[in-house]
Amino acid sequence: MEATTTSFWSTPVGWTLMTAGGILLVTVGILISLAFLLLADRKIWAGVQMRKGPNVVGPFGLLQSFADFFKFVLKEIVVPAGADKIVFLLAPLLTFVLAFIAWAVIPFAPGWVVSDLNVGVLYLFAVSSLGVYGIIMGGWASNSKYPFLGSLRSAAQMVSYEVSLGLIIVTVILLAGSMNLTTIVDNQAGWIWNWHAFGGGLGNLPLLIIMFPMSIVFFVSALAETNRPPFDLPEAESELVAGYQVEYSSTPYLLFMIGEYANIVLMCAMITLLFFGGWNPGFPTPFLDGAPQFLANLFYLGVFLFKTVFWFAMIAMVKAFVPRYRYDQLMRLGWKVFLPYSLVAVVLVAAWRVFGGAI
Amino acid sequence: MIQAIAFYLLATVSVVSALLVVTAKNPVHSVLWLITTFFSAAGLFVMLGAEFLAMLLVVVYVGAVAVLFLFVVMMLDVDFVQLREGYAKYFPLAAIVGLILLAEMIVVAVAAAQGGAARGAELIPATDVSNVEAIGRVLYTEYVYIFQAAGLVLLVAMIGAIVLTLRYKPNIKRQDIGRQVNRRQSDAYANVQAESGKGVTLEDLK
Repeated sequence: MEATTTSFWSTPVGWTLMTAGGILLVTVGILISLAFLLLADRKIWAGVQMRKGPNVVGPFGLLQSFADFFKFVLKEIVVPAGADKIVFLLAPLLTFVLAFIAWAVIPFAPGWVVSDLNVGVLYLFAVSSLGVYGIIMGGWASNSKYPFLGSLRSAAQMVSYEVSLGLIIVTVILLAGSMNLTTIVDNQAGWIWNWHAFGGGLGNLPLLIIMFPMSIVFFVSALAETNRPPFDLPEAESELVAGYQVEYSSTPYLLFMIGEYANIVLMCAMITLLFFGGWNPGFPTPFLDGAPQFLANLFYLGVFLFKTVFWFAMIAMVKAFVPRYRYDQLMRLGWKVFLPYSLVAVVLVAAWRVFGGAI
Repeated sequence: MIQAIAFYLLATVSVVSALLVVTAKNPVHSVLWLITTFFSAAGLFVMLGAEFLAMLLVVVYVGAVAVLFLFVVMMLDVDFVQLREGYAKYFPLAAIVGLILLAEMIVVAVAAAQGGAARGAELIPATDVSNVEAIGRVLYTEYVYIFQAAGLVLLVAMIGAIVLTLRYKPNIKRQDIGRQVNRRQSDAYANVQAESGKGVTLEDLK
Protein backbone atom coordinates (compact mmCIF):
# COMPACT_ATOMS: atom_id res chain seq x y z
CA MET A 1 0.00 0.00 0.00
CA GLU A 2 2.74 2.34 1.07
CA ALA A 3 4.79 1.63 -2.05
CA THR A 4 1.95 2.46 -4.46
CA THR A 5 1.14 5.78 -2.77
CA THR A 6 4.75 6.97 -2.78
CA SER A 7 5.16 6.03 -6.42
CA PHE A 8 2.06 8.01 -7.38
CA TRP A 9 3.39 11.17 -5.70
CA SER A 10 6.70 10.84 -7.53
CA THR A 11 5.09 10.57 -10.98
CA PRO A 12 4.83 13.86 -12.94
CA VAL A 13 1.07 14.06 -12.37
CA GLY A 14 1.33 13.40 -8.64
CA TRP A 15 4.25 15.78 -8.29
CA THR A 16 2.36 18.52 -10.12
CA LEU A 17 -0.69 17.95 -7.92
CA MET A 18 1.47 18.07 -4.79
CA THR A 19 3.16 21.31 -5.85
CA ALA A 20 -0.12 22.91 -6.87
CA GLY A 21 -1.60 21.91 -3.52
CA GLY A 22 1.39 23.36 -1.71
CA ILE A 23 1.11 26.64 -3.63
CA LEU A 24 -2.62 26.82 -2.90
CA LEU A 25 -2.06 26.11 0.78
CA VAL A 26 0.62 28.78 1.13
CA THR A 27 -1.34 31.39 -0.86
CA VAL A 28 -4.61 30.86 0.98
CA GLY A 29 -2.81 30.68 4.31
CA ILE A 30 -1.07 33.99 3.65
CA LEU A 31 -4.26 35.66 2.42
CA ILE A 32 -6.18 34.66 5.54
CA SER A 33 -3.38 35.58 7.92
CA LEU A 34 -3.02 38.91 6.09
CA ALA A 35 -6.62 39.70 6.97
CA PHE A 36 -5.83 39.36 10.66
CA LEU A 37 -2.38 40.96 10.40
CA LEU A 38 -4.00 44.01 8.80
CA LEU A 39 -6.33 44.22 11.78
CA ALA A 40 -3.38 43.67 14.16
CA ASP A 41 -1.54 46.50 12.43
CA ARG A 42 -4.46 48.87 13.02
CA LYS A 43 -4.98 47.61 16.58
CA ILE A 44 -1.32 48.10 17.51
CA TRP A 45 -1.30 51.52 15.93
CA ALA A 46 -4.42 52.40 17.88
CA GLY A 47 -2.99 50.93 21.08
CA VAL A 48 0.11 53.14 20.93
CA GLN A 49 -2.13 56.17 20.49
CA MET A 50 -4.48 54.99 23.29
CA ARG A 51 -7.41 54.48 20.96
CA LYS A 52 -9.47 51.34 20.66
CA GLY A 53 -9.08 50.74 16.94
CA PRO A 54 -11.61 48.79 14.88
CA ASN A 55 -13.89 46.98 17.35
CA VAL A 56 -17.35 46.87 15.80
CA VAL A 57 -17.40 44.09 13.17
CA GLY A 58 -17.28 40.72 14.93
CA PRO A 59 -15.84 40.07 18.39
CA PHE A 60 -12.99 42.57 19.09
CA GLY A 61 -13.38 43.71 15.47
CA LEU A 62 -11.89 40.43 14.25
CA LEU A 63 -13.96 40.45 11.05
CA GLN A 64 -13.10 44.06 10.14
CA SER A 65 -10.76 43.07 7.31
CA PHE A 66 -13.42 40.87 5.73
CA ALA A 67 -15.92 43.70 5.85
CA ASP A 68 -13.33 45.97 4.21
CA PHE A 69 -12.70 43.31 1.59
CA PHE A 70 -16.33 43.13 0.56
CA LYS A 71 -16.59 46.88 0.51
CA PHE A 72 -13.60 47.19 -1.82
CA VAL A 73 -14.74 44.43 -4.14
CA LEU A 74 -18.32 45.66 -4.51
CA LYS A 75 -17.37 49.23 -5.50
CA GLU A 76 -17.00 50.45 -9.06
CA ILE A 77 -13.56 50.43 -10.68
CA VAL A 78 -12.84 53.94 -11.89
CA VAL A 79 -10.25 54.31 -14.62
CA PRO A 80 -9.27 57.93 -15.33
CA ALA A 81 -9.99 59.15 -18.86
CA GLY A 82 -6.38 60.07 -19.63
CA ALA A 83 -4.93 56.90 -18.16
CA ASP A 84 -3.04 54.24 -20.06
CA LYS A 85 -5.72 51.67 -19.36
CA ILE A 86 -3.77 48.42 -19.72
CA VAL A 87 -0.72 49.53 -17.75
CA PHE A 88 -3.01 51.14 -15.19
CA LEU A 89 -4.73 47.83 -14.47
CA LEU A 90 -1.57 45.78 -14.89
CA ALA A 91 0.28 47.63 -12.12
CA PRO A 92 -1.77 46.41 -9.12
CA LEU A 93 -1.86 42.90 -10.56
CA LEU A 94 1.91 42.93 -10.86
CA THR A 95 2.35 44.12 -7.27
CA PHE A 96 -0.01 41.41 -6.05
CA VAL A 97 1.57 38.58 -8.01
CA LEU A 98 5.14 39.56 -7.16
CA ALA A 99 4.30 39.75 -3.47
CA PHE A 100 3.04 36.18 -3.58
CA ILE A 101 5.55 34.40 -5.84
CA ALA A 102 8.31 35.31 -3.40
CA TRP A 103 6.74 33.00 -0.81
CA ALA A 104 7.61 29.99 -2.99
CA VAL A 105 11.09 29.70 -1.49
CA ILE A 106 10.27 30.50 2.15
CA PRO A 107 10.83 27.39 4.30
CA PHE A 108 8.15 27.33 6.99
CA ALA A 109 9.50 24.26 8.78
CA PRO A 110 12.09 21.59 7.89
CA GLY A 111 11.04 20.37 4.46
CA TRP A 112 7.90 22.51 4.32
CA VAL A 113 8.78 24.65 1.34
CA VAL A 114 7.18 24.88 -2.08
CA SER A 115 10.46 25.10 -4.00
CA ASP A 116 13.80 24.50 -2.29
CA LEU A 117 15.90 26.51 -4.77
CA ASN A 118 19.62 26.51 -4.19
CA VAL A 119 19.74 30.22 -5.00
CA GLY A 120 16.74 30.94 -2.76
CA VAL A 121 18.09 34.11 -1.17
CA LEU A 122 18.94 35.54 -4.56
CA TYR A 123 15.46 34.67 -5.82
CA LEU A 124 13.91 36.52 -2.88
CA PHE A 125 16.16 39.50 -3.54
CA ALA A 126 15.30 39.46 -7.26
CA VAL A 127 11.57 39.32 -6.65
CA SER A 128 11.63 42.05 -4.02
CA SER A 129 13.64 44.25 -6.38
CA LEU A 130 10.86 43.88 -8.95
CA GLY A 131 8.27 45.29 -6.56
CA VAL A 132 9.18 48.78 -7.69
CA TYR A 133 7.57 48.19 -11.11
CA GLY A 134 4.06 48.03 -9.75
CA ILE A 135 4.52 51.45 -8.21
CA ILE A 136 6.26 53.08 -11.17
CA MET A 137 3.76 51.69 -13.67
CA GLY A 138 0.81 52.72 -11.50
CA GLY A 139 2.17 56.22 -11.06
CA TRP A 140 2.93 56.75 -14.72
CA ALA A 141 -0.24 55.17 -16.11
CA SER A 142 -2.48 57.34 -13.91
CA ASN A 143 -1.43 60.30 -16.08
CA SER A 144 -1.72 62.62 -13.13
CA LYS A 145 0.77 64.78 -11.23
CA TYR A 146 0.72 63.49 -7.65
CA PRO A 147 0.85 59.80 -8.57
CA PHE A 148 3.74 60.52 -10.92
CA LEU A 149 5.71 62.41 -8.28
CA GLY A 150 5.02 59.61 -5.81
CA SER A 151 6.23 56.95 -8.19
CA LEU A 152 9.42 58.88 -9.00
CA ARG A 153 10.20 59.19 -5.33
CA SER A 154 9.51 55.58 -4.71
CA ALA A 155 11.68 54.40 -7.58
CA ALA A 156 14.67 56.29 -6.23
CA GLN A 157 13.97 55.19 -2.67
CA MET A 158 13.57 51.50 -3.39
CA VAL A 159 16.59 51.33 -5.67
CA SER A 160 18.73 53.06 -3.03
CA TYR A 161 17.79 50.79 -0.16
CA GLU A 162 18.04 47.66 -2.26
CA VAL A 163 21.78 48.19 -2.50
CA SER A 164 22.40 48.00 1.24
CA LEU A 165 19.81 45.23 1.57
CA GLY A 166 21.77 43.19 -0.97
CA LEU A 167 25.08 43.78 0.81
CA ILE A 168 23.62 42.72 4.16
CA ILE A 169 22.29 39.55 2.55
CA VAL A 170 25.86 38.94 1.31
CA THR A 171 27.13 38.96 4.93
CA VAL A 172 24.58 36.28 5.82
CA ILE A 173 25.50 34.22 2.76
CA LEU A 174 29.16 34.46 3.82
CA LEU A 175 28.29 33.19 7.31
CA ALA A 176 26.13 30.32 6.11
CA GLY A 177 28.23 29.46 3.06
CA SER A 178 25.10 28.86 1.02
CA MET A 179 22.31 30.65 -0.81
CA ASN A 180 19.78 27.97 0.04
CA LEU A 181 17.37 29.22 2.69
CA THR A 182 17.00 25.78 4.31
CA THR A 183 20.77 25.53 4.70
CA ILE A 184 20.92 29.07 6.07
CA VAL A 185 18.33 28.18 8.72
CA ASP A 186 19.99 24.85 9.52
CA ASN A 187 23.22 26.75 10.08
CA GLN A 188 21.49 28.52 12.99
CA ALA A 189 20.23 25.37 14.72
CA GLY A 190 20.89 24.78 18.41
CA TRP A 191 21.36 27.47 21.00
CA ILE A 192 20.39 31.07 20.53
CA TRP A 193 23.99 32.26 19.96
CA ASN A 194 24.02 30.26 16.74
CA TRP A 195 21.64 32.74 15.18
CA HIS A 196 23.26 34.92 12.55
CA ALA A 197 22.25 38.06 14.41
CA PHE A 198 24.59 36.93 17.20
CA GLY A 199 27.43 35.98 14.88
CA GLY A 200 26.41 32.40 14.10
CA GLY A 201 28.07 30.21 16.75
CA LEU A 202 30.23 30.65 19.83
CA GLY A 203 33.42 30.57 17.76
CA ASN A 204 32.13 33.57 15.84
CA LEU A 205 30.96 35.56 18.82
CA PRO A 206 33.13 38.59 17.88
CA LEU A 207 30.97 38.89 14.77
CA LEU A 208 28.13 39.90 17.09
CA ILE A 209 29.49 43.44 16.88
CA ILE A 210 28.92 43.39 13.13
CA MET A 211 25.95 41.13 12.64
CA PHE A 212 23.61 42.50 15.28
CA PRO A 213 23.76 46.07 13.93
CA MET A 214 23.43 44.60 10.44
CA SER A 215 20.20 42.87 11.43
CA ILE A 216 18.86 46.22 12.60
CA VAL A 217 20.03 47.93 9.41
CA PHE A 218 18.24 45.18 7.53
CA PHE A 219 15.08 45.87 9.48
CA VAL A 220 15.24 49.61 8.73
CA SER A 221 16.02 48.97 5.06
CA ALA A 222 13.08 46.59 4.95
CA LEU A 223 10.88 49.43 6.18
CA ALA A 224 12.19 51.63 3.38
CA GLU A 225 11.87 48.88 0.79
CA THR A 226 8.22 48.26 1.63
CA ASN A 227 7.38 51.98 1.81
CA ARG A 228 6.32 51.72 5.43
CA PRO A 229 6.39 54.69 7.77
CA PRO A 230 8.72 56.42 8.60
CA PHE A 231 9.76 55.98 4.97
CA ASP A 232 6.33 56.13 3.33
CA LEU A 233 7.33 59.01 1.06
CA PRO A 234 5.76 57.52 -2.08
CA GLU A 235 2.35 57.98 -0.49
CA ALA A 236 3.06 60.75 2.01
CA GLU A 237 -0.52 61.84 2.62
CA SER A 238 0.41 65.31 3.80
CA GLU A 239 2.32 66.20 0.61
CA LEU A 240 1.20 63.88 -2.17
CA VAL A 241 -2.33 62.94 -1.02
CA ALA A 242 -1.66 59.23 -1.45
CA GLY A 243 1.12 59.17 -4.04
CA TYR A 244 0.81 56.52 -6.72
CA GLN A 245 -2.50 55.29 -5.28
CA VAL A 246 -4.44 58.52 -5.82
CA GLU A 247 -6.31 57.37 -8.92
CA TYR A 248 -6.93 53.81 -7.75
CA SER A 249 -10.23 52.63 -6.40
CA SER A 250 -12.00 49.44 -5.37
CA THR A 251 -10.37 46.13 -6.41
CA PRO A 252 -7.18 47.51 -7.99
CA TYR A 253 -6.57 49.49 -4.81
CA LEU A 254 -7.27 46.37 -2.76
CA LEU A 255 -4.69 44.45 -4.81
CA PHE A 256 -2.11 47.18 -4.16
CA MET A 257 -2.84 47.04 -0.45
CA ILE A 258 -2.73 43.25 -0.17
CA GLY A 259 0.48 43.21 -2.18
CA GLU A 260 2.02 45.82 0.08
CA TYR A 261 1.13 43.91 3.24
CA ALA A 262 2.25 40.59 1.75
CA ASN A 263 5.60 42.26 1.05
CA ILE A 264 5.84 43.53 4.61
CA VAL A 265 5.17 40.07 6.03
CA LEU A 266 7.67 38.65 3.54
CA MET A 267 10.31 41.04 4.85
CA CYS A 268 9.48 39.94 8.42
CA ALA A 269 9.91 36.32 7.32
CA MET A 270 13.23 37.23 5.67
CA ILE A 271 14.56 38.88 8.84
CA THR A 272 13.51 35.78 10.79
CA LEU A 273 15.14 33.38 8.33
CA LEU A 274 18.34 35.27 7.72
CA PHE A 275 19.14 36.58 11.19
CA PHE A 276 16.92 35.12 13.88
CA GLY A 277 17.12 31.39 13.34
CA GLY A 278 14.05 30.75 11.17
CA TRP A 279 12.17 27.83 12.71
CA ASN A 280 14.85 27.18 15.37
CA PRO A 281 13.51 28.11 18.82
CA GLY A 282 16.94 29.13 20.16
CA PHE A 283 17.56 25.99 22.23
CA PRO A 284 18.27 22.40 21.21
CA THR A 285 15.13 20.32 20.75
CA PRO A 286 16.05 16.71 21.67
CA PHE A 287 12.54 16.21 23.06
CA LEU A 288 11.22 16.31 19.49
CA ASP A 289 13.45 13.48 18.25
CA GLY A 290 10.96 10.77 19.16
CA ALA A 291 7.91 12.71 18.00
CA PRO A 292 6.37 12.11 14.57
CA GLN A 293 7.79 14.35 11.85
CA PHE A 294 4.46 16.08 11.34
CA LEU A 295 4.10 17.14 15.00
CA ALA A 296 7.72 18.27 15.18
CA ASN A 297 7.20 20.33 12.04
CA LEU A 298 4.07 21.89 13.54
CA PHE A 299 6.16 23.00 16.52
CA TYR A 300 8.81 24.50 14.20
CA LEU A 301 6.10 26.17 12.12
CA GLY A 302 4.74 27.75 15.30
CA VAL A 303 8.19 29.08 16.21
CA PHE A 304 8.67 30.52 12.73
CA LEU A 305 5.25 32.17 12.71
CA PHE A 306 5.78 33.57 16.21
CA LYS A 307 9.01 35.27 15.17
CA THR A 308 7.51 36.58 11.94
CA VAL A 309 4.53 38.04 13.77
CA PHE A 310 6.90 39.55 16.34
CA TRP A 311 8.73 41.44 13.58
CA PHE A 312 5.43 42.45 12.07
CA ALA A 313 4.40 43.91 15.43
CA MET A 314 7.69 45.84 15.50
CA ILE A 315 6.99 47.26 12.04
CA ALA A 316 3.46 48.17 13.11
CA MET A 317 4.75 50.01 16.18
CA VAL A 318 7.41 51.91 14.23
CA LYS A 319 4.54 53.35 12.18
CA ALA A 320 2.98 54.74 15.34
CA PHE A 321 5.95 56.38 17.00
CA VAL A 322 8.49 57.53 14.41
CA PRO A 323 7.84 60.72 12.42
CA ARG A 324 8.26 60.61 8.63
CA TYR A 325 11.71 61.26 7.18
CA ARG A 326 12.34 64.19 4.91
CA TYR A 327 13.32 63.09 1.40
CA ASP A 328 16.94 64.31 1.43
CA GLN A 329 17.47 62.75 4.85
CA LEU A 330 16.12 59.47 3.57
CA MET A 331 18.61 59.51 0.70
CA ARG A 332 21.41 60.48 3.06
CA LEU A 333 20.59 57.57 5.37
CA GLY A 334 20.54 55.12 2.49
CA TRP A 335 23.63 56.17 0.57
CA LYS A 336 25.89 57.79 3.16
CA VAL A 337 25.14 55.72 6.26
CA PHE A 338 23.79 52.26 5.43
CA LEU A 339 25.73 51.65 2.23
CA PRO A 340 29.23 52.33 3.65
CA TYR A 341 28.50 50.47 6.88
CA SER A 342 27.18 47.41 5.11
CA LEU A 343 30.13 47.46 2.67
CA VAL A 344 32.54 47.51 5.61
CA ALA A 345 30.54 44.71 7.23
CA VAL A 346 30.88 42.55 4.11
CA VAL A 347 34.64 43.11 4.07
CA LEU A 348 34.98 42.35 7.80
CA VAL A 349 32.83 39.21 7.71
CA ALA A 350 34.71 37.95 4.65
CA ALA A 351 38.03 38.62 6.39
CA TRP A 352 36.79 36.79 9.50
CA ARG A 353 35.80 33.78 7.42
CA VAL A 354 39.26 33.60 5.88
CA PHE A 355 41.53 34.57 8.78
CA GLY A 356 39.30 34.35 11.83
CA GLY A 357 38.01 31.65 14.14
CA ALA A 358 36.50 28.30 13.40
CA ILE A 359 33.19 28.06 11.66
CA MET B 1 8.19 17.05 -23.51
CA ILE B 2 7.35 19.59 -20.82
CA GLN B 3 10.82 21.02 -21.28
CA ALA B 4 10.26 21.47 -24.98
CA ILE B 5 6.93 23.20 -24.39
CA ALA B 6 8.51 25.51 -21.81
CA PHE B 7 11.41 26.29 -24.11
CA TYR B 8 9.24 27.17 -27.08
CA LEU B 9 6.93 29.23 -24.90
CA LEU B 10 9.78 31.23 -23.41
CA ALA B 11 11.58 31.57 -26.73
CA THR B 12 8.43 32.78 -28.50
CA VAL B 13 7.67 35.28 -25.75
CA SER B 14 11.20 36.64 -25.79
CA VAL B 15 11.33 37.00 -29.60
CA VAL B 16 7.86 38.55 -29.85
CA SER B 17 8.45 40.98 -27.01
CA ALA B 18 11.85 41.88 -28.46
CA LEU B 19 10.05 42.77 -31.68
CA LEU B 20 7.53 44.81 -29.76
CA VAL B 21 10.34 46.72 -28.03
CA VAL B 22 11.25 48.12 -31.43
CA THR B 23 7.77 48.55 -32.88
CA ALA B 24 5.83 49.90 -29.88
CA LYS B 25 4.90 53.54 -30.44
CA ASN B 26 5.06 54.59 -26.82
CA PRO B 27 8.64 54.44 -25.43
CA VAL B 28 7.35 53.46 -21.98
CA HIS B 29 5.64 50.44 -23.52
CA SER B 30 8.93 49.64 -25.25
CA VAL B 31 10.71 49.51 -21.90
CA LEU B 32 7.97 47.31 -20.46
CA TRP B 33 8.37 44.90 -23.37
CA LEU B 34 12.12 44.98 -22.83
CA ILE B 35 11.51 43.86 -19.26
CA THR B 36 9.39 40.98 -20.55
CA THR B 37 12.26 40.02 -22.87
CA PHE B 38 14.76 40.01 -20.00
CA PHE B 39 12.39 37.93 -17.97
CA SER B 40 11.90 35.23 -20.56
CA ALA B 41 15.65 35.19 -21.19
CA ALA B 42 16.06 34.53 -17.44
CA GLY B 43 13.57 31.68 -17.83
CA LEU B 44 15.71 30.22 -20.64
CA PHE B 45 18.76 30.41 -18.36
CA VAL B 46 16.88 28.47 -15.69
CA MET B 47 16.05 25.79 -18.27
CA LEU B 48 19.76 25.50 -19.08
CA GLY B 49 20.43 24.82 -15.40
CA ALA B 50 22.10 28.19 -14.88
CA GLU B 51 19.76 29.48 -12.17
CA PHE B 52 22.45 31.73 -10.67
CA LEU B 53 22.89 33.60 -13.96
CA ALA B 54 19.11 33.80 -14.32
CA MET B 55 18.74 35.43 -10.91
CA LEU B 56 21.60 37.83 -11.66
CA LEU B 57 19.92 38.78 -14.92
CA VAL B 58 16.72 39.57 -13.06
CA VAL B 59 18.43 41.44 -10.21
CA VAL B 60 20.79 43.50 -12.37
CA TYR B 61 18.92 44.08 -15.60
CA VAL B 62 15.30 43.98 -14.56
CA GLY B 63 15.69 45.20 -10.99
CA ALA B 64 18.17 48.01 -11.61
CA VAL B 65 19.00 48.86 -15.23
CA ALA B 66 15.46 48.70 -16.59
CA VAL B 67 14.16 50.69 -13.61
CA LEU B 68 16.53 53.50 -14.57
CA PHE B 69 15.50 53.21 -18.22
CA LEU B 70 11.87 53.48 -17.24
CA PHE B 71 12.68 56.32 -14.87
CA VAL B 72 14.31 58.36 -17.64
CA VAL B 73 11.88 57.46 -20.42
CA MET B 74 8.87 58.31 -18.26
CA MET B 75 10.17 61.81 -17.70
CA LEU B 76 10.85 62.53 -21.39
CA ASP B 77 8.38 64.77 -23.11
CA VAL B 78 8.05 62.73 -26.26
CA ASP B 79 6.33 64.00 -29.37
CA PHE B 80 5.01 60.88 -31.09
CA VAL B 81 4.44 62.51 -34.47
CA GLN B 82 8.01 63.73 -34.58
CA LEU B 83 9.25 60.29 -33.59
CA ARG B 84 7.52 58.65 -36.52
CA GLU B 85 8.89 61.21 -38.97
CA GLY B 86 12.44 60.08 -38.32
CA TYR B 87 11.53 56.45 -38.90
CA ALA B 88 11.84 56.50 -42.68
CA LYS B 89 14.94 58.68 -42.57
CA TYR B 90 16.97 56.37 -40.37
CA PHE B 91 15.66 53.15 -41.88
CA PRO B 92 18.58 52.52 -44.30
CA LEU B 93 21.16 52.96 -41.53
CA ALA B 94 19.19 50.71 -39.20
CA ALA B 95 18.88 48.10 -41.94
CA ILE B 96 22.66 48.08 -42.48
CA VAL B 97 23.34 47.70 -38.75
CA GLY B 98 20.74 44.95 -38.52
CA LEU B 99 22.21 43.09 -41.48
CA ILE B 100 25.72 43.25 -40.05
CA LEU B 101 24.48 41.89 -36.71
CA LEU B 102 22.56 39.13 -38.46
CA ALA B 103 25.59 38.15 -40.55
CA GLU B 104 27.78 38.02 -37.44
CA MET B 105 25.29 35.87 -35.60
CA ILE B 106 25.07 33.44 -38.51
CA VAL B 107 28.85 33.22 -38.70
CA VAL B 108 29.11 32.50 -34.97
CA ALA B 109 26.30 29.95 -35.07
CA VAL B 110 27.80 28.12 -38.03
CA ALA B 111 31.27 28.17 -36.48
CA ALA B 112 29.94 26.80 -33.21
CA ALA B 113 27.95 24.13 -34.99
CA GLN B 114 30.98 22.97 -36.96
CA GLY B 115 32.93 22.64 -33.75
CA GLY B 116 35.25 25.59 -33.97
CA ALA B 117 34.98 28.09 -31.16
CA ALA B 118 33.07 26.25 -28.48
CA ARG B 119 34.84 22.90 -28.77
CA GLY B 120 37.85 22.17 -26.64
CA ALA B 121 36.71 24.41 -23.82
CA GLU B 122 34.37 21.83 -22.33
CA LEU B 123 31.94 22.94 -19.66
CA ILE B 124 32.78 22.08 -16.07
CA PRO B 125 30.70 19.01 -15.25
CA ALA B 126 28.13 20.22 -12.75
CA THR B 127 27.91 17.06 -10.71
CA ASP B 128 28.33 17.85 -7.04
CA VAL B 129 29.16 21.54 -7.29
CA SER B 130 26.29 24.05 -7.36
CA ASN B 131 26.51 26.51 -10.18
CA VAL B 132 27.24 29.46 -7.88
CA GLU B 133 30.30 27.61 -6.67
CA ALA B 134 31.35 26.58 -10.17
CA ILE B 135 31.20 30.16 -11.45
CA GLY B 136 32.97 31.45 -8.35
CA ARG B 137 35.82 28.98 -8.74
CA VAL B 138 36.46 29.95 -12.33
CA LEU B 139 35.93 33.67 -11.76
CA TYR B 140 38.34 33.98 -8.82
CA THR B 141 41.07 31.68 -10.11
CA GLU B 142 41.46 31.52 -13.86
CA TYR B 143 39.85 34.84 -14.76
CA VAL B 144 40.67 36.83 -11.64
CA TYR B 145 42.63 39.56 -13.45
CA ILE B 146 39.98 40.05 -16.10
CA PHE B 147 37.33 40.08 -13.39
CA GLN B 148 39.20 42.72 -11.40
CA ALA B 149 39.79 44.74 -14.57
CA ALA B 150 36.06 44.68 -15.29
CA GLY B 151 35.48 45.94 -11.75
CA LEU B 152 37.97 48.77 -12.34
CA VAL B 153 36.24 49.75 -15.58
CA LEU B 154 32.95 49.96 -13.70
CA LEU B 155 34.58 52.02 -10.96
CA VAL B 156 35.96 54.47 -13.52
CA ALA B 157 32.54 54.72 -15.18
CA MET B 158 30.94 55.39 -11.81
CA ILE B 159 33.43 58.09 -10.90
CA GLY B 160 32.96 59.61 -14.35
CA ALA B 161 29.21 59.78 -13.89
CA ILE B 162 29.58 61.36 -10.46
CA VAL B 163 32.09 63.94 -11.70
CA LEU B 164 29.83 64.87 -14.62
CA THR B 165 26.75 65.40 -12.47
CA LEU B 166 28.24 66.82 -9.29
CA ARG B 167 27.86 70.57 -9.24
CA TYR B 168 28.60 72.42 -6.08
CA LYS B 169 26.27 75.36 -5.71
CA PRO B 170 27.56 77.59 -2.93
CA ASN B 171 24.37 79.49 -2.21
CA ILE B 172 22.21 76.47 -1.51
CA LYS B 173 21.10 75.73 2.04
CA ARG B 174 22.37 72.39 3.16
CA GLN B 175 21.83 70.31 6.24
CA ASP B 176 25.04 69.63 8.14
CA ILE B 177 24.16 66.73 10.42
CA GLY B 178 27.42 66.99 12.38
CA ARG B 179 26.86 70.65 13.18
CA GLN B 180 23.26 69.99 14.07
CA VAL B 181 24.14 67.25 16.52
CA ASN B 182 27.01 69.22 18.07
CA ARG B 183 24.84 72.26 18.65
CA ARG B 184 24.49 72.92 22.38
CA GLN B 185 21.83 74.75 24.29
CA SER B 186 24.26 77.53 25.11
CA ASP B 187 24.91 78.24 21.40
CA ALA B 188 21.27 78.68 20.70
CA TYR B 189 19.92 81.02 23.31
CA ALA B 190 20.74 82.92 26.51
CA ASN B 191 18.70 83.66 29.55
CA VAL B 192 18.92 87.29 30.47
CA GLN B 193 17.48 88.87 33.57
CA ALA B 194 16.04 92.02 32.03
CA GLU B 195 15.80 95.02 34.33
CA SER B 196 12.40 96.53 34.31
CA GLY B 197 12.06 99.63 32.18
CA LYS B 198 15.33 99.03 30.36
CA GLY B 199 14.72 96.09 28.04
CA VAL B 200 17.35 94.01 26.33
CA THR B 201 19.52 94.85 23.32
CA LEU B 202 21.41 92.43 21.12
CA GLU B 203 24.67 93.45 22.80
CA ASP B 204 23.49 92.11 26.14
CA LEU B 205 22.90 88.67 24.67
CA LYS B 206 26.51 88.19 23.60
